[in-house]
Amino acid sequence: MRLFDWRVVGQLFLKASSLQRKRATLTVAAIAWGTVAIIMLLSFGEGLKIQLMKGRRGMGENIAVWWPDETSKVWQGLPEGRPIRPRMDDIDYLRGRMTAASGVIGEITSWSSSMTYGQTTITGRVTGANWEYGEIRHHFPQSGGRFININDERDKRRVIFLGDALAEDIFGDIDPVGKTMFVDRVPYLVVGELQHKMQMGTYKGPDEDGAIIPITTFAAQFGRQRLTNIVFKARTAEDMPLARQQFNESLAAKYRFDPTDEQVTGLWDTVEGAKVMGNIMIGLQGFLGIIGALTLFIGGIGVANIMYAVVKEKTREIGVQMALGARRGWVTGPFVLQGLSYTLVGGALGLVIAMILIILLGLMPVEGNQALEFLGKPTLSWQIAVATAGILGGIGILAGYFPARRAATVDPAETLRYE
Amino acid sequence: MNWPMKKKKNGTAESNGHIIDMRAITKVYDTGKIQVEALRGIDIKVKKGEFVAIVGPSGSGKSTLLNLLGCLDTPTDGEYRLSGETVAGLDRDHLADIRNRRVGFVFQNFNLLPQLSALENVEMPMLFGGVGRKERKRRARQRLEAVGLADRVEFKPTELSGGQMQRVAIARALAMEPDIVLADEPTGNLDTGSGTDVMGALQELWQSGSTLVVVTHDKALAQRANRVIEIRDGKVVQDKTNGGISNLR
Repeated sequence: MRLFDWRVVGQLFLKASSLQRKRATLTVAAIAWGTVAIIMLLSFGEGLKIQLMKGRRGMGENIAVWWPDETSKVWQGLPEGRPIRPRMDDIDYLRGRMTAASGVIGEITSWSSSMTYGQTTITGRVTGANWEYGEIRHHFPQSGGRFININDERDKRRVIFLGDALAEDIFGDIDPVGKTMFVDRVPYLVVGELQHKMQMGTYKGPDEDGAIIPITTFAAQFGRQRLTNIVFKARTAEDMPLARQQFNESLAAKYRFDPTDEQVTGLWDTVEGAKVMGNIMIGLQGFLGIIGALTLFIGGIGVANIMYAVVKEKTREIGVQMALGARRGWVTGPFVLQGLSYTLVGGALGLVIAMILIILLGLMPVEGNQALEFLGKPTLSWQIAVATAGILGGIGILAGYFPARRAATVDPAETLRYE
Repeated sequence: MNWPMKKKKNGTAESNGHIIDMRAITKVYDTGKIQVEALRGIDIKVKKGEFVAIVGPSGSGKSTLLNLLGCLDTPTDGEYRLSGETVAGLDRDHLADIRNRRVGFVFQNFNLLPQLSALENVEMPMLFGGVGRKERKRRARQRLEAVGLADRVEFKPTELSGGQMQRVAIARALAMEPDIVLADEPTGNLDTGSGTDVMGALQELWQSGSTLVVVTHDKALAQRANRVIEIRDGKVVQDKTNGGISNLR
């Protein structure tokens, strides 16, 4: 004996197509609206995530930034409160010991140097850095220029690399590359200008507002050897804890402090920051998804409602079918299918509308609009499509299942009584 | 009218030649506060080829009895064997299968599905019975021809007269070649002309070998039966055979 026959269910479903068209249309529209809501919310979340990732990478990847500080623990007979101030030549010492790092660089910063070209003088930030800084801190030059290189550093050349916003302030529309400008009345050759980039995190102001010169040149001009920052890049994100440990131990050995002294060893670990940000994004997307799912859920209630009405109207027909030998599954199957098909039609419609909206929003110019640059563009990913399809399917089945369950409780003897 | 000859079914083990064998059947409806005893110990046996009319006043338990006979409901107590198969204790899906294979229903208010054509209505039990599409169409057409509706196969119930609707219902009841046809006031909603028409159709059905049980108030219909069972207060008070018109074979 057949326990369940999809053929029977399918044929009954096709035959039960007489339904209230207006209610069905409204219900499908509600599902479509819910689908648009969930897809748009998730796509905006995805766009924001992509943009935030891009912004985070603007400063560099897998890097940690360290600032000099004072000890807070007594160590080997030495008191607390001693300042730890590494010098330029400590960079080579660190490079020799930090095997888990792919690069270590030092920075010395002058916060208010005058920078002059022609009649324009700007007071701003000039940083002396090792030549590897360009790669590690993502200072990529616009075409026609370059970052400072190994020869610049070795020969203490007076070359300067400008942030794009700073370059515009000093040079206006003129291409600065190849021009000579003055930093605190000393002439420098501009070798490159920063490519515009998204940057979320900074530790001394946006890169577009500062200028970089070779660290050796800086030391010669300003007479300073003490580092303002040390930046190192771990070989991989997983290597970061080891790189930090090596950094602490190396520095502690040389400057004689407790390597567990967090006041000295405290630094900005962007790998850890990325993890936190990733979790925040998961939370945000989950939140957006829940809002969207709730909207869709209301549409699902609409489907269930119309299905309840259909079951009520067809109670007699259900009774007749049961009297003629229909099993409960054959009676309920068409209702589940009907609820599911409303949901799927609405979902498909919503998907098309959402995709059109996403394409239209994608055509909007983002450049120069800070809000949009931060928000990014809504992006549809396959994960979003799968999640939406899953939620739609679930809601569709539930919206059909509960009314169908009521249909299954119809008592044929009761329904077919005399009128 | 030409009825298709009844074929012998596989696995139809009738108990001593009885299609219906009811013993000490009771039915109690529990409405929560009060218990209504609709049937109080009914014993009925119906042989193959009989035409039984069940008569009695309103509230006597006729409809309850018919529901039990048609496996639309199960008795509170007692034993019921339909074509040798014990019905008690079966779940709803099994009862549905038994209704499909063994019982054909004709209702007072026809109970055709309004959105389906006459042909599709007759097909319905065969759809549940797993009959293939082609065979279903062929048999449905044949049944409709037999009740004189060959030219109405594509009509919707709303486009048919009361008598025609009831004839579609009779064709539907015979679709699965059931062991027994149960009719519940088949002429109750019809004018005299159509009623006579339907009575004629039922009688011919019987004469072609079918077993019929009809619940009716209609004396004219009861007179056509070869046996009349009268029910009162949930009990059989009279069970008599109409002389002369029996065609038991």
